[in-house]
Amino acid sequence: MPRIRLWLLAAALAVSGCSGPFPQSTLHPRSDFARATDVLFTEIFWWAAAVFVVVELLLVVAIVRFRHRAGRPAPKPMHGHTLMEIAWTLAPAVILVFVAVPTVRTIFATAGDAPPDALKVEVIGHQWWWEYRYPDLGITTANEMHVPVDQSVQVAITSADVIHSFWAPALGGKRDAIPGKTTFIAFRADSVGDYSGQCAEFCGASHANMRLRVMVESGVGFEAWVAQQKDGAAAPPKASLAEQGKAIYARSACIGCHAIQGVSPGVIGPNLTHVGSRSTIAGGIFPNDSAHLARWIADAPSLKPGSMMTRMQPPLSDADIAALVAYLAILK
Amino acid sequence: MSDAPPTGLKSWLTTTDHKRIGLLYFWTALGFFLVGGLEALVIRLQLAQPNGHMVSAETYNQLFTMHGTTMVFLALMPLAASFFNYIVPLQIGARDVAFPRLNAFSYWVFLLGGLFLNASWLVGPLFHAGMLNVAPDGGWFGYANLTERQFSPGPNIDFWVLGLQILGISSLAAGFNFIVTILNLRAPGMKMMRLPAFTWMTLVTQFIIITAFPVITVALVFLLFDRFFGTHFYLPQAGGTPLLWQHLFWLFGHPEVYILILPAMGIVSDVLPTFARKPLFGYTVVVYSGILIGFMGWGVWSHHMFAVGLGPIADSVFAATTMLIAVPTGVKIFNWVATLWGGDIHGTTALHFAVGFIAMFIIGGLSGVSHASPPADLQQTDTYYVVAHIHYVLFGGTVAGLFAGVYYWWPKMTGRLLSETLGKWHFWLQFVGMNLAFFPMHFIGLLGMPRRIYTYSPDLGVSDLNLVSTVGAFLIAVSILVFLYNLWRTRRHGQRASNDPWGGATLEWSIPSPPPVYNFSVIPTVTNRLPRWRTELHGPMQDPPAMPPAPIHVPGGSWWPMVAALGLPVMALAPLTHTPWVAFVGVALLLFGIYRWAFEPFEV
Amino acid sequence: MTHAAHAATAHHTSMGLDSRKLGLWAFIGSECLLFGSLISTYLVYKGRSVVGPYPHDILNIPFTSVSTFDLLMSSLMMVLALAAVQRGDMKWGKIWLFSTALLGLIFLGGQVIEFTEFVHKGLTISTNLFGCTFFVLTGTHGAHVAVGVLWLLTLWVRALQGKLGSANAMTVEITGLYWHFVDVVWIVIFTVVYLIQ
Repeated sequence: MPRIRLWLLAAALAVSGCSGPFPQSTLHPRSDFARATDVLFTEIFWWAAAVFVVVELLLVVAIVRFRHRAGRPAPKPMHGHTLMEIAWTLAPAVILVFVAVPTVRTIFATAGDAPPDALKVEVIGHQWWWEYRYPDLGITTANEMHVPVDQSVQVAITSADVIHSFWAPALGGKRDAIPGKTTFIAFRADSVGDYSGQCAEFCGASHANMRLRVMVESGVGFEAWVAQQKDGAAAPPKASLAEQGKAIYARSACIGCHAIQGVSPGVIGPNLTHVGSRSTIAGGIFPNDSAHLARWIADAPSLKPGSMMTRMQPPLSDADIAALVAYLAILK
Repeated sequence: MSDAPPTGLKSWLTTTDHKRIGLLYFWTALGFFLVGGLEALVIRLQLAQPNGHMVSAETYNQLFTMHGTTMVFLALMPLAASFFNYIVPLQIGARDVAFPRLNAFSYWVFLLGGLFLNASWLVGPLFHAGMLNVAPDGGWFGYANLTERQFSPGPNIDFWVLGLQILGISSLAAGFNFIVTILNLRAPGMKMMRLPAFTWMTLVTQFIIITAFPVITVALVFLLFDRFFGTHFYLPQAGGTPLLWQHLFWLFGHPEVYILILPAMGIVSDVLPTFARKPLFGYTVVVYSGILIGFMGWGVWSHHMFAVGLGPIADSVFAATTMLIAVPTGVKIFNWVATLWGGDIHGTTALHFAVGFIAMFIIGGLSGVSHASPPADLQQTDTYYVVAHIHYVLFGGTVAGLFAGVYYWWPKMTGRLLSETLGKWHFWLQFVGMNLAFFPMHFIGLLGMPRRIYTYSPDLGVSDLNLVSTVGAFLIAVSILVFLYNLWRTRRHGQRASNDPWGGATLEWSIPSPPPVYNFSVIPTVTNRLPRWRTELHGPMQDPPAMPPAPIHVPGGSWWPMVAALGLPVMALAPLTHTPWVAFVGVALLLFGIYRWAFEPFEV
Repeated sequence: MTHAAHAATAHHTSMGLDSRKLGLWAFIGSECLLFGSLISTYLVYKGRSVVGPYPHDILNIPFTSVSTFDLLMSSLMMVLALAAVQRGDMKWGKIWLFSTALLGLIFLGGQVIEFTEFVHKGLTISTNLFGCTFFVLTGTHGAHVAVGVLWLLTLWVRALQGKLGSANAMTVEITGLYWHFVDVVWIVIFTVVYLIQ
């Protein structure tokens, strides 16, 4: 059945000239949580489609068959019909039972409880980026979450400022990040891949620029990533541009907000200890390459409205920025 | 006795005639509808392509906030109010509403509140904002704590909080007025179960208004105090919770949905029988299901908050109540189809819109069922899927219903029939346009595009769908231009309307078009539900005579409702500009207006 | 015919109830939701203040009991005022109307004293959640009492001018309806805020 629905969707998209891939689609579930909601939605979809066809058909038949024609006798004044009223009260009620039962079952199945051995990840929403902490592994990173395939993950979500909503559609439904409250989801990814998502609750100027990725990796790949993240910050080679960059970093305003293990303890912005290992910057909106990084350091607010990372005063020279970029790039 | 209505600007500014106030509501709301529509077009232009940069993020956020706020509070509610004003007294056989000056007050408060809100587009420099527009930018739902001073320091949210507070007073005053009017001013024999369906739905709507608006008033007072007086109602750091706002807002907000849809359902329930030449099927069931919807609308608010994580039990309960509300809604739809079935259907423009309402509302209703289910909703909420849903309900539904009302009652309100040819063009362009604009949004949402984002990545694969949607939006705009041309053309060239151009069953068709100031030369006595029709049980009533047999007292106008109304935006200026003494001026104006109003000679 | 023409005027109504009175009942229904929301918020936030002073530190039940008694007595005065106006006894009508307003003013005076004392003891509207919810709830009620006092004094002045008589008994009745409602709301607030701590 889902295949037919996908086919319908594909047909609709073909008409409009679209083609995949759809990295943020809710119709391509890759976890138990997302599959459960998808199965439920498919069920509801077919009930809705059936009701749609029946009722619209009745409506169209009525207006075509009973349209005014010269000489048609005056209609009989029909005020109502008790049996019919009862019938069309019961019919939707019965259909809704068929929707409600799997709904309640799925609600409890996806309530966010994971087995005790699940990998724990804390998600903290910030205007406008995501912070991830792995309390049992001692890792702090931003925007890109790494999880192992075929293992339960317990995600605890909260916010440092306003309300956000954590959403990676392939892995499951969204859950709000609410200041002063912790909410939970749990999922078990079943396919290795790089899944995109973004903040789903309007959270101010750059709500559109608060994107995220979840990297589902093989067990080995995940272990390697953990090992890399647990390492201290990489040291730049002697007399390199990166070493100059480190010096500039250490004496500039960067340290007020950012943390690099052993260099600066800032907690306002993303932790940069392993920033070079991430594929995107600025809340997932730009690729992590030297050109974007340089523009970002020079003038973040012009790239991301409302960005808390203000323009450096006095501005950094191009040479300084190049050195900083070189330093950040080696922080794998 | 004064058959000729007074003319001139003063007669409009001081009018207490429900018909004139109805027309004032119509034109004002139409103006705001166009403003809200322009906002939508800019939004669609921005989203026509990925990485759009027609407007800045800040301006975009103001645009969608004001589009929603304007359409809900300044366009759809007052367009419905225009019919409450003009048509309800005529349908119940009354000379005016119960409190004509309170009615004028409601209108002026609405107008001034709408202007106050929209002034925010132009007054940025006065607040040293660095941009022209400082319109509200927290979404029409204004979620705390984003709307707190800490995260929204500018005057934007102040405009929103104060503007909505003003508009709430207008709705509440009108609510009391119409409840009393419908309950108390019915013509002899007009029992409750003989009321036309539109009047019934108006009554239910007013009850929802007077119970739902106090809740948003309280929510807004808390936000106002948080922003101006340092309280912590929605601040987590002081032990409060931003979720309080969500509960209060949706406790109001979901009944508000029914405030928007029930009047349109009432219009459809009047239009279908007229043009099918057949009584409304299951009148009693349609009325009771309307009442039931009004009640049940109170028990479903948390379905807007499934993503909050209220726990599986709360989610299950609210899923169940939400699904239950589909039952009375479905019952209404079946009764409408049964009304058409076996009829002699005259395909007027009004009928087109009424049938269009049913056809589109079904789609909105069915997508509604899919997010009544919390797990499914977790993928759908805050995406374009929900944008599609609300537009099928509120544009495909409410707006179509209101247009059905416009084409149906325009001859009664102005004495001239709108062009049917242009009307059909309007209908089909709007019908095709809305489906192009809103149907792709289902896919856009399911493919993962959240709502309220000013830009999106081409990687999402929804660029072409968005372009189609934008084309649809412009097609809607063309249809509205056709409608405006139709209005303009009809002023001079429209066919003159008789008392009853459609063969309607209800009392408004028994009097001239437009009606004289006193409405009914003789108050009719009603003996059945379809007074102007011949049925198996009775013949048609005799219409009131063209000339009143005895002089009829018509109350004169009054300035004081407007003066009192003016006090409210003046009061709102005090916090907005941080000048407390202005509040005293506002209070003084309000009190002065009320006292003069209370003690002027004015007999109704 | 003239009867039919009169049907649309305020004298005859479908419900047999004066339109202003019916309107005020609708208004009271609406106000129930207003105070309901305020009281619910107070209850939801009860005990969630992160700093003091807390209710038991500061609420003066004997003092407020006197205020409550005062407001209850004002309702009694209101009943007497209406009865007097209805029987055309404007001498006592004026006295009772004024007494009602005066007791209302005394209640407001008590509220001013209470608020001032709380501020001196360190509880302002921005101190904690208790302060927020307490001041907004009781303040909203106080504003309602103030409107009522203004309304009553207006009637009293009209009576002094000889413009209020038994023909206007309905006006007094409606005023009374409002006044009793405001009184009942206070009983609820007094119970919820002061007695059940």
